[in-house]
Amino acid sequence: MTSSETLTLNLLLLALGGFGVGAAGAVLAACRPGVSRWAGHVGALVGAMAAFALGVAGLAGGTLDVAIPALLPVGGFSLGMDRLSAFFVLVIATAAIPSAIYAIAYTRAYEGRSSLAGMGLGFNAFLAGMVLVALARNVLTFLVMWEAMSLASYFLVMTEAEHRETQYAGWLYLVTTHAGFACLLIGFLLMAQGTGTMNLGEWRAASAALSDPVRHAVFVLLALGFGAKAGVVPLHIWLPKAHPAAPSHVSALMSGVMIKLGVYGLIRIGFDWLGVGVSWWGGAVLVVAAVSAVLGVLYALVEQDLKCLLAYSSVENIGIILLGVGAGMLFQSYHLDALASLALVASLYHTLNHAVFKPLLFMGAGAVVHATGTRNMEEMGGLIKRMPQTAACFLVGSVAIAALPPFNGFISEWLMFQSLLLSFQISATGINLLFALSIAALALTSGLAAACFVKAFGITFLALPRSEQAERAHEAPWAMRGTMAMSAVACLALGMAPVGLLRLLTVTAADLTGTDADVRFNWNGIVANDAFAVVSPLWIAVALVSLLALVPIVLRIIGANGGRRAYETWGCGRALQTARFEYTGTAFANPFKRVFGLLYRPVKELDIQFHPESRLFVETIAYRNETRSIFEEVLYGPISRLVQRGAQRARIVQSGSVHLYLLYIFVALVVLLALAG
Amino acid sequence: MRALLRKIWTTPVVAEPLAPADDDRQIEAMARQVDARAQRLFGRSLHIREVDAGSCNGCELEIGALNNPYYDLERFGMHFVASPRHADCLLVTGPVTRNMADPLKRTYDATPDPKIVVAVGDCARDCGIFAGGYGVVGPVSAIVPVDVVVGGCPPTPQLILAGILAALDRRGTFQRIHPTDGPIA
Amino acid sequence: MITKIAIETIQLLIVGLGAPLLVGLVRRVKARLQGRRGAGVLQPYADLRKLLAKEAVVSETTSWIFRFTPYLLVATMLLSALLVPLLTTRTPLGFLGNIIVLMYLFLLGTFFLALAGLDAGSAFGGMGSSREMAVAALAEPTVMIAIFAMALRVGNTELDEIVRRGATDSLLLLTPGHLLAFLAFFIVALAETGRLPVDNPATHLELTMIHEAMVLEYSGRYLMLIEWAAGMKLLIFLALLSNLFFPWGVALTVTPAAVAVACVALVLKVGALAVGIAMLETAVAKLRLFRLPALLSGSFALALLAVVSFLFVK
Repeated sequence: MTSSETLTLNLLLLALGGFGVGAAGAVLAACRPGVSRWAGHVGALVGAMAAFALGVAGLAGGTLDVAIPALLPVGGFSLGMDRLSAFFVLVIATAAIPSAIYAIAYTRAYEGRSSLAGMGLGFNAFLAGMVLVALARNVLTFLVMWEAMSLASYFLVMTEAEHRETQYAGWLYLVTTHAGFACLLIGFLLMAQGTGTMNLGEWRAASAALSDPVRHAVFVLLALGFGAKAGVVPLHIWLPKAHPAAPSHVSALMSGVMIKLGVYGLIRIGFDWLGVGVSWWGGAVLVVAAVSAVLGVLYALVEQDLKCLLAYSSVENIGIILLGVGAGMLFQSYHLDALASLALVASLYHTLNHAVFKPLLFMGAGAVVHATGTRNMEEMGGLIKRMPQTAACFLVGSVAIAALPPFNGFISEWLMFQSLLLSFQISATGINLLFALSIAALALTSGLAAACFVKAFGITFLALPRSEQAERAHEAPWAMRGTMAMSAVACLALGMAPVGLLRLLTVTAADLTGTDADVRFNWNGIVANDAFAVVSPLWIAVALVSLLALVPIVLRIIGANGGRRAYETWGCGRALQTARFEYTGTAFANPFKRVFGLLYRPVKELDIQFHPESRLFVETIAYRNETRSIFEEVLYGPISRLVQRGAQRARIVQSGSVHLYLLYIFVALVVLLALAG
Repeated sequence: MRALLRKIWTTPVVAEPLAPADDDRQIEAMARQVDARAQRLFGRSLHIREVDAGSCNGCELEIGALNNPYYDLERFGMHFVASPRHADCLLVTGPVTRNMADPLKRTYDATPDPKIVVAVGDCARDCGIFAGGYGVVGPVSAIVPVDVVVGGCPPTPQLILAGILAALDRRGTFQRIHPTDGPIA
Repeated sequence: MITKIAIETIQLLIVGLGAPLLVGLVRRVKARLQGRRGAGVLQPYADLRKLLAKEAVVSETTSWIFRFTPYLLVATMLLSALLVPLLTTRTPLGFLGNIIVLMYLFLLGTFFLALAGLDAGSAFGGMGSSREMAVAALAEPTVMIAIFAMALRVGNTELDEIVRRGATDSLLLLTPGHLLAFLAFFIVALAETGRLPVDNPATHLELTMIHEAMVLEYSGRYLMLIEWAAGMKLLIFLALLSNLFFPWGVALTVTPAAVAVACVALVLKVGALAVGIAMLETAVAKLRLFRLPALLSGSFALALLAVVSFLFVK
């Protein structure tokens, strides 16, 4: 064992130790909620920091090889680490560190309401499960950890199980995640049978032996399984329900990193396990990604529940990330490996970015929900005066997720655009048009995302408070503000100085495709494909800030009137301004509802109650303008009815009698033995 | 489009230089003098917000005429704006009714300094035939400080323009802008 | 080094000082087409000067976002002015970013302006913000597809390089895809700068407003900055249109004579486009807000056709 392996092994043990001690501490101190809260999350913090170091070590070239054959059947428990695994461990840790600190303060509100021991246990198990999924090197290890991660997050979603909507969300999550798990299981077993090995590390070399139908079947099954976890359209319906139902620090992790493990799986099948794929695989991923990006942000835009909006925006961002994955797969099947690497770099960059700003936004939303007691944006407003620091952090997150310079989202979207634009190097008109449409989809997505976050920030934080709770809102505790500020600084740093990360990512991508990405970079800027495109994030930021400072100075020099008088908002001379005059979130989204009416199929109801004496006097007006989910109605409605009908039929075998069940088991055994013989 | 362009091509500029106002005595500078600096500033650029404080809309028709090609207010660097925040000048018409007294005051306060107020029409000057009505609070000057009053029921567009220019001390402007053009017949 | 600074300074001056002139020119031509005399072309300078001298009335409801936005808008426009190839194909600060960066800088300004519109809590501001973001979002795909068409044509997304290729290979300018991309980009420019038939810059009716509704609350120096930035945006868009699609006269080498010629060419081209916009604005009426998607998807179709045509002649 080399010294680098000793280091990584120790870091891994430290990480798992942290999670273990955290979980144990939380459980042991169950009767003292305050202690349990600290123990659970400090343990998680230590573990996450060790995982961060492990990720960095892995990206720097450190490897890991742990095999404990006795722990699990069929191949044993086996862990390993290449750069891709290390990168995802880093992503997990990046989101986990602020979430754990945040949770220490945030979970105080749950004292006496929910079991803090359960939360601490679930949180640590969730983190450990995610880290081990990324490191798993063996089918069974992968599946067991995958299931551990899903179950732990399920229990965290059910923290407030007393609400009906939480129960529904949890149920939906459990069903979809297990449907996905079933796909994964079949896919993995097919693959293991075809290649003759359960070791994930050997699949790439062995995949050449697969017959074409099996290869396609494995791809489709695994893509469905991973896609369901990633929340791509149309497998996304659980996501906007389950993520908001969880406590905010858990939402942050689920949206920020858990769905990324679906991306991890898709990258594995697209670039590693199955070797170089055929072009329709990449094409399919690209189309699904484009649809997810556009639909995700469109649904986010009409959402009034702040956390739901953020959850839908995760669907959008997964779409953006997968655009790069799909494009990379397509490039690879056309033997443009340098471009494939570029697309992957963009994709991975966005993965990390999203793991920075989405937790930031969820933590901001958590602080707001904490302060106002509601998730409904129509009852917020004016919070920028009451929670200035939270507002500033949320604004940074919003600008970053809208991909605006000089923040980090901009860099990854810029790289993504370049890799898509460079697709003209493929000479196949159909593919070129496919890329043209995905460029349009990405452009539409970024425009809509800007609109969506104008709404999210503007309606939540600006103007006058729309409810009494919002009026009485107070700033979040310092631990929560501190972690948000940390994430906000990370957004800026990754946006202004992308060099270090890019260096790691290009090596990671090169490991997968075998060729260096078609991009050069230094502190002065990033150059894609030999001067095809240039951007200089650092100097743009410097120039923007200096011009910002220059303008007021010049104004003063040329003698501008510096007077400022505060007066009421102009309202055509009306007697008073109240929050009811403000534009609402619903109204803000209305143009989009009309333009994309085909998709939203809004239900409009206007109910006016007149005075019984005269129609000239209106007593009440009720207005509802809701959107319907076509996926739930058209796709999942029939499926769920079918399943229910099948279940009705299958109920005849359920009698409740133990003797009968024993008979079933006996019959099944006999049949299986007969088949095996 | 072609027909429109041909029409544009064949139609001359119809803006006419303004005749001196028919009756200059209709214009009175009120107590408040517009300070010289503001006068110089607004001399080249004046943005006007119109406030109907209860008028019968006779004055509005005449004010609306200021925008047409014949009077062409814009050539004097003036135009109407949609918000008092953008305005330098309030053009107030009508006797101030009870319901409009407060909005008028608010509009005045919402306008950034320096600013001028021009009361247009007999009603704005002294409530005209509405004087003493139960719904009338008083003339414009009872609510906000007025710089110039333009009388008439309704005043002609020339007169209104002359009133605004009087406030800016620019009565001779028309002749200076188009010295060769003769007055309207 | 001195030439570089000189060129950037000239670009800043052209955009910063030329913007009010451009606005004045459009207004003047429109007035003439309507049979009026109109104000002189220098009128916007007087307007801005006056706004600077006035106090600012700011709504009590607003936060720092409202006061910060005008400065940010001006800063993004000035930054854009530095990286756009106005005069030469060797713009010294061209390395700051390509055309996509430029579009995102504009979007940054729009983002904050829309927030500022919501900040005062008036219904007008919110309405303007919502509409502005809708128009911006729907215009975005056209921009990117037009850029893709250009990337297909010249194999590059660098502004300098696109202009240089156009200037040296005049046959490129005669392809149908070029014309289609120009039309698409022109419609987008109208939408982004709030001109007819998308938005009427001279309207007083709150209910028809887009850009104006967002800035109803602004006064004094803040309003001055916003109007100035709007003028600069118009100028940059027109300069982009003229240099990307008609790169005549742009200096390929940095010599004083070539730069002087480029200045004159730029003034003529932008002037011609300004007259064109004034004529268009006289001839067409504002579209109903919910007819705008049809216009913008039309421009998207044009851009896509441009891509297709380049794919087939490739």
